[in-house]
Amino acid sequence: MALDESRRLQKIKDKLECRARIMDGIRAFFMLESFLEIDTPLRVPAVAPEQFIHPYTSEGWFLSTSPELQMKRLLSAGYERIFQICHCFRRDERGRHHNSEFTMLEWYRKGNDYQKIITDTENLVIFLAEKLGVGSDLIYQGKSIDLRVPWPRISVREAYLDWAGWDPFTAFDGLRFDDDLVDKIIPRFPANRPIIIMDYPRECAALARLKPGTSNTAERAEVFIAGLEIANGYSELTNPVEQEQRFKSEMAEMLKTGKPTVWPDKFIESVKNLPECTGIALGIDRLVMLLTDSAEIDEVIAFPSDLL
Amino acid sequence: MNIEEVTKNTKMLIDNVPFSVETVEFVKPGKGRAIYKFRLRNLFSGNVLDITFHSGEKVEETSVTMHEMQYLFQENDNYIFMDSSTFEQIPMTKAQMGEKGGFLKEGTPVVIMMWNDRPIDIQLPKTVELKVVETSAALKGATITAQNKEGKLETGVIIGVPSFIKDGDLIRVDTRTGNYLERVGNK
Repeated sequence: MALDESRRLQKIKDKLECRARIMDGIRAFFMLESFLEIDTPLRVPAVAPEQFIHPYTSEGWFLSTSPELQMKRLLSAGYERIFQICHCFRRDERGRHHNSEFTMLEWYRKGNDYQKIITDTENLVIFLAEKLGVGSDLIYQGKSIDLRVPWPRISVREAYLDWAGWDPFTAFDGLRFDDDLVDKIIPRFPANRPIIIMDYPRECAALARLKPGTSNTAERAEVFIAGLEIANGYSELTNPVEQEQRFKSEMAEMLKTGKPTVWPDKFIESVKNLPECTGIALGIDRLVMLLTDSAEIDEVIAFPSDLL
Repeated sequence: MNIEEVTKNTKMLIDNVPFSVETVEFVKPGKGRAIYKFRLRNLFSGNVLDITFHSGEKVEETSVTMHEMQYLFQENDNYIFMDSSTFEQIPMTKAQMGEKGGFLKEGTPVVIMMWNDRPIDIQLPKTVELKVVETSAALKGATITAQNKEGKLETGVIIGVPSFIKDGDLIRVDTRTGNYLERVGNK
């Protein structure tokens, strides 16, 4: 057993070295962009109520599923450009691309919308690829991916109309939306380019603001590279009344299934002072998978949850 | 059981038919539902079924048991086995046995998978020793390893054997491939 482990860890050493260089690169990128690195707690009294993200409980509190609420409280207090690298915990998420404890990079900018945070993401990935000597042509699992910016964009409506044959904005069906994303939409993404899929039905974005002048389109964008979901960004919802309503309806759904929820009162209070801002969460493990040509998340983390 | 608890080799019932989980693929859009894609094997027919479940769903778990048994004899269309610990006799049909029936002789130890007192699968020893009862004479000049002639075994099954094998030889056979492995004795 011990021998197996030492062999396994030796085998992924090059990848873990590459991972360390990526971490350095991320910090260098955000220093150049004048961001402040911050560090919020992993154990918290409340997490954002989201129907399909299940937290671990910890002595009546929770292990953080995302640093979003605390980071936004910093923005409400006047911080303008902040980033964080931290572990997040999500119960029952384990697979080739999932480990229930994973590493998130999250950053926020005051005074901008999601277009800007998507541009940041493009620039960050190019910056890292160059730093690692990969250049703008990445080889992943035998396929070449052209990373040159700007990356193609497609709206959720276009993608679903073209590839799944229905419009999720006219009659939203969450189950069908998720199934089709996996079976019909992602497989149609171009294999040789990253892609940004954007403008989601409001039901899919509990913390994003609605596109000005619309009643059902949330300014949410997701970045996919080689079929891997890499990052999820919003123009943040800054209206406290609307934020409260969205969380209440989300919690009502969660109560039906008996999931433990705690009202995040301090966050809701802070939204009153939340300035116009944009933020994005990027899965570092998946980015490392891409940049090290790894098919599975287990190749880029030393101790996946079932090997502890 | 909750869908989150299903792993490879879990046995579950669908419409009262037992299935074994062969592969589990977990997919989850970050903000969306967890999707579980299972490849199942029907334990009655051996057929494969691909099926998708979502987080929050439940399945009915079932269990199968493994029993060490011995082959006794053939009776009509059934092969009769005896449980080595309870001495109970159980039949398996020719259809269930398939080609495996051709490698059974009296006393062969096997492991039988049972579900609800019903035999559903059988594992033979990896190799068995069987007597050649009928084969043509060696061809002149034939190499010794080539399995270039047919040999009928005591169970009635016919396999390829090297040319030096004669009637009455005892040979070892691989039960998974039906291939001749070696000669272990001769008359």
